Amino acid sequence: MNLRRDVFQAIADPTRRAILLLVATQAMTAGVIASNFDTARPTVSKHLQILTECELLKQEQNGREIYYHINAERMKDVADFIEPFRAMWEERFNKLEDIMKNYKGN
Amino acid sequence: MEKKTKIDAENGKQDLTITRVFELPVELLFKAYTEAEIVEQWMGTKVLKLENKKHGSWQFETKDPHGNVVFKANGTVHEFIPDQKITRTFEMDNAPFDVQLEFLEFEKLTNDTSRLNMHVVYRTPELRDQMLKLPFEYGINMAHNRLQEVLNKLK
Repeated sequence: MNLRRDVFQAIADPTRRAILLLVATQAMTAGVIASNFDTARPTVSKHLQILTECELLKQEQNGREIYYHINAERMKDVADFIEPFRAMWEERFNKLEDIMKNYKGN
Repeated sequence: MEKKTKIDAENGKQDLTITRVFELPVELLFKAYTEAEIVEQWMGTKVLKLENKKHGSWQFETKDPHGNVVFKANGTVHEFIPDQKITRTFEMDNAPFDVQLEFLEFEKLTNDTSRLNMHVVYRTPELRDQMLKLPFEYGINMAHNRLQEVLNKLK
């Protein structure tokens, strides 16, 4: 559960969302990622660290460089983060429908 | 099975839409939003006040079995067109989410089916995501128990 929450915190930040979008296009090094932002490089590194810790990004060594990849599996979990919210409304609306169908019969 | 309720929440946006098709005439769907006793049943909360008119206001409250208030919300109605549209605000008491704006559009599809389109605007994208991340499993369990209660009463 904590891990899930961490993922939510990770994607709540606009810069981290932008990083995910950027890396989604292709794997890149921290330097290349940082060059896409006005933010100071240590700040970008911190964001990368958080994204890696909650497994939204994966690191891969390629020669002397470390490339960041999107962890597709984990991103799929995040795409589902709306599901509990959706399920709550589904439940309410099902109930509404049942009640009103009964009402119609009265 | 296709999901009846659809949520459209684009990344980084401060709004979302909830869409649902009902096997109900639009008049009955609308009634479910305007009759306090009915709202209480499907929302699982007590309706303290529900003024269905422009500049009217509403107030919901949920207590646990011990009488402690666990949920309280209120808002104002900005537009009220029977069987078509309700525009209202929603604010949870004692919660850091700020007020949200809701556009509810009721649409007749056939004589027996209708669609609800709910457009919710939050103050910021971050607040929207926080709302989405609330521990809803808890809410779902509560709603499920209440559903059982309602069904038992109907028997």
